[in-house]
Amino acid sequence: MTLLNVEKLNKSYPSFHLKDVSFSLDTGYIMGFIGSNGAGKTTTLKSIMNLVPKDSGNITVLGKDFTQNEIALKQEIGIMFGGVDYYTKTKIKKITEVVRRFYCNWDDALYHSYIKRFSLDESKKVEELSSGMRVKYSLTLALSHHARLLILDEPTSGLDPVARDNLLELFQEIIEDGEHSILFSTHITSDLEKCADYITYIENGHIVESREKDDLIDAYRVVKGTRDQLSMLAPNLIASKVHAFGFTGLIKVEDLAGNENLVAEPPSLEEIMIYYAKKGGGT
Amino acid sequence: MININISGASKKPIYQQIFDQVSGQIVRGELAPGTMLPPIRTVAKELRISVITIKKAWEDLERLGFIYTMVGRGCFVADLTAGDLMGKRSSMLAEKLEKDIAYYKSLGLTLHEIIEAVKKYYSN
Repeated sequence: MTLLNVEKLNKSYPSFHLKDVSFSLDTGYIMGFIGSNGAGKTTTLKSIMNLVPKDSGNITVLGKDFTQNEIALKQEIGIMFGGVDYYTKTKIKKITEVVRRFYCNWDDALYHSYIKRFSLDESKKVEELSSGMRVKYSLTLALSHHARLLILDEPTSGLDPVARDNLLELFQEIIEDGEHSILFSTHITSDLEKCADYITYIENGHIVESREKDDLIDAYRVVKGTRDQLSMLAPNLIASKVHAFGFTGLIKVEDLAGNENLVAEPPSLEEIMIYYAKKGGGT
Repeated sequence: MININISGASKKPIYQQIFDQVSGQIVRGELAPGTMLPPIRTVAKELRISVITIKKAWEDLERLGFIYTMVGRGCFVADLTAGDLMGKRSSMLAEKLEKDIAYYKSLGLTLHEIIEAVKKYYSN
């Protein structure tokens, strides 16, 4: 079942445009949303949630139009956009008291289990929390009302490797029952190499790819060769880097045909991003 | 009990690693016919691998007759006869060997040299 469907989302700012952003996420999976700084990740997520008004496009959550059912559907969604950075002089216990009232399905026991799991101290003020702690508190709020869909903007940023690893483990626990999905943006692609089922890659306001992670990686190769080989292959490459002794480049598998003698390896997500960004992205 | 260990350093795709390890355990008789495989989502969580990757490995195992699915109950190790197992073992061998031999040929090795090398490394 499709949990989230985004269709031809457009949003224009004076110097930036989201152009026909479309992708969809089924129930029970993790989708990583990747792209360089300023590629449009946060704008996309905010437009989906109607935190910034979109110019055009359709958002459907659980099969229902989001705009027409915004209040009801927001009950089904847990969101976080960075660490908590409001009411910095207020104790987080107090902030929770306010936030919980917005959610019919708020679960205090669940909330306290996350407070404990993340070692948060409810008597602390926001300004007394480290940036990692602010992220964890923000996540706690997103996770405590039995949301079917989690939309998380950079949930791993500011976390140390151990905390990041714990968080990814938690994500997999959440989707294990097949009823929940997680859409999260990150530029730390190593977080996604293993746990993500789908990858949506945005560059310069365009969706470059949105598909199963394994298929995405399978569709590309990093090729290496001599400078002579580069001149032959250049028209087929997405982008390349030349060094003193040869070149490396990114190519689609189907464009590699006839050049099987070249060294070709499956790329990492990071390599796909780097070469597309080098190309100028988004086309 | 099923054993799977993923190598991050291997060039082999993860679903291939899983397929190889599970099919290997079935061919060697370490997983008895009728053994129930753990649910895909549990395996994914335990191995910290995407659900779809595990699904793909399970689908390949099913397609090649190593396991079968009973709707609503899960996946089970197929009841393979000794003949089936030998057959699968030889076809797995053939598939790998073909690629390896092509590589040795590309290095200019003769059949004799390949056989000598195999003998040497087998006993190591």
